[in-house]
Amino acid sequence: MTAAEERLVTAGASWAALYTGAAREACRHTLLELARTDPRIFCVDSDMGGFEDGFAAELPSQYVNVGIAEANLFGVSAGLAAAGLVPFAHTMSAFATTRACEQLKLDVAGSALPVRVVATHGGLSAGHYGPSHHAVQDLAILRTMPLLTVLVPADAGEAALAMRAAAYHPGPVYVRLGRKATPRIYREPYDFTIGASVRLADGDDVTVVATGPLPVHYALAARDVLAAGGFSVRVVNMHTIKPLDRSALVSAARDTAGIVTVEDHLVVGGLGGAVSEVVTSEQPCRVRRVGIEDRYLDSVGDERELLEESGVTVDRIVREARVLLGAAPAGSRT
Amino acid sequence: MTRADVSTQELAERAHRARESVLAMGATEHGAHVGGSLSAVDILTVLYGSELRVRPEEPHWAGRDWFVLSKGHASAALYAVLSEHGYFPPEECLEYGRRHSRLAGHPLRKVPGVEFPTGSLGHGLSLACGVALAMARTGRSNRVFVLLGDGELQEGSNWEAIMSASQYGLDNLTAVVDRNGWQISGRTEDSVALEPLADRWRSFGWSVVETDGHDLEALRAVFGALPAERGRPTVVLAGTLKGRGVPIFEDNRKSHYVQLTPRLHERALAGLRARRRNQR
Repeated sequence: MTAAEERLVTAGASWAALYTGAAREACRHTLLELARTDPRIFCVDSDMGGFEDGFAAELPSQYVNVGIAEANLFGVSAGLAAAGLVPFAHTMSAFATTRACEQLKLDVAGSALPVRVVATHGGLSAGHYGPSHHAVQDLAILRTMPLLTVLVPADAGEAALAMRAAAYHPGPVYVRLGRKATPRIYREPYDFTIGASVRLADGDDVTVVATGPLPVHYALAARDVLAAGGFSVRVVNMHTIKPLDRSALVSAARDTAGIVTVEDHLVVGGLGGAVSEVVTSEQPCRVRRVGIEDRYLDSVGDERELLEESGVTVDRIVREARVLLGAAPAGSRT
Repeated sequence: MTRADVSTQELAERAHRARESVLAMGATEHGAHVGGSLSAVDILTVLYGSELRVRPEEPHWAGRDWFVLSKGHASAALYAVLSEHGYFPPEECLEYGRRHSRLAGHPLRKVPGVEFPTGSLGHGLSLACGVALAMARTGRSNRVFVLLGDGELQEGSNWEAIMSASQYGLDNLTAVVDRNGWQISGRTEDSVALEPLADRWRSFGWSVVETDGHDLEALRAVFGALPAERGRPTVVLAGTLKGRGVPIFEDNRKSHYVQLTPRLHERALAGLRARRRNQR
């Protein structure tokens, strides 16, 4: 049993439960497990639903609901943290990064207080809710907060691991989650380390770097398509946006024809921007960015439909990789 | 002298020295928020001089009462009072705003005695709520005080915090409103009116105490009787004068932010000292 697996099993979590379903369910489960053994861990909710029956019913003294008040959510959480507690502040990514941006910037990140923001509905995971609930510039905003750690787990199991890593990280941490269940990426637990990306597939023709559940899933699917054409594709799950795993990017830039980035976020300022910033200064290579076009998205659809409309698809990743490989769009190497 | 024994006469001397220090900071290169600092000096002096359980030589002492300056622009008053009470040498106040000084225009956590960096209005009460809630939930007896500006109450985030503090029944939390009646553009009541302020706080579930924010005895009595009601947070609406103690700045919106020339500094100081002589 690995150390990570042991930690989870010790906490009473079952793999089957953690590795299927939505990441936010795995996180609720994990937070309750953590809080049972550590009374400093608090769940600070903002009328999000989902914690009343489990966490609040079992550990009422470690549960706070500030109501529909995101500015106060971060202020109160920072106060709890300053007084020695470990608050997990629960809201949606759109509200965390735009409505309460200043409290996040000054009270949480600026003070380097150990607040853990658990932000659901990242990217277009709440697609049908409309633009009020889309979080497609959240990573760009979060990247500008110097003392903040930003995690984007790729599936439910990794989300659980990220929550555990966040709980005992010395500074403020932001965990970006989706909404519904997404495909399983990891078959087994692994030793999740903040800032250390995961190479999901080895390869030396081209690299696909992805962040978030569907982007990572699409990256793996694109790899299969390209592999069928005879290409060897490296796939990297960049689960930590801040601090970014620079060495993985430098080796991708050095070893392969270039990097395709994939994210459920605007093509400006997110993963693609971050990767470009690193390679342009450390190991220049071509970077093709797959993300949401720079426009206001107000059509109705679910997560996959809106990603497709925005240009985040397996086909698009394949196409961009072929550009880097110098291959004909419809052809193959053989 | 123990803190409880400190005479009101002694507090008045400290407040006077703090006002001189505020003027000195207003005379530094970048100036200072003099008006709103002078209105807050007496409140801060009573808190630090006779009410807060603190150890200036050990600012992070676990048993301390917490103070949050939500109206962070009154940093000059805070630095003057903190240094007057031993957190750092009073001479350091002359470094105010100077390159590499710890004393920024809005307080930083690296200053001994400062718990949170403030300055963007409408943050302090939520922070104080969080600390008070932590103390209540973990069975600690530390109390939390927060000083708000009156104009600051136009920030909606305060009302989120006000609602939550009463919801949690935080009677270890006291908010003090420095009700000097002014904001940058003029009278608060001509901008976006705050009155009926006491009724508003009361209707949000707080215990309300109104007092003269320059009457040191009255402030001592109010703070000494906290919490005003068990199970509720208390707000002290402290009636104050912007620029208090310096005739040329009193009740005058132009004193909001001032860079004192040597001549103006001299005039302000003379006015302050004359007023003090008459009060003795």
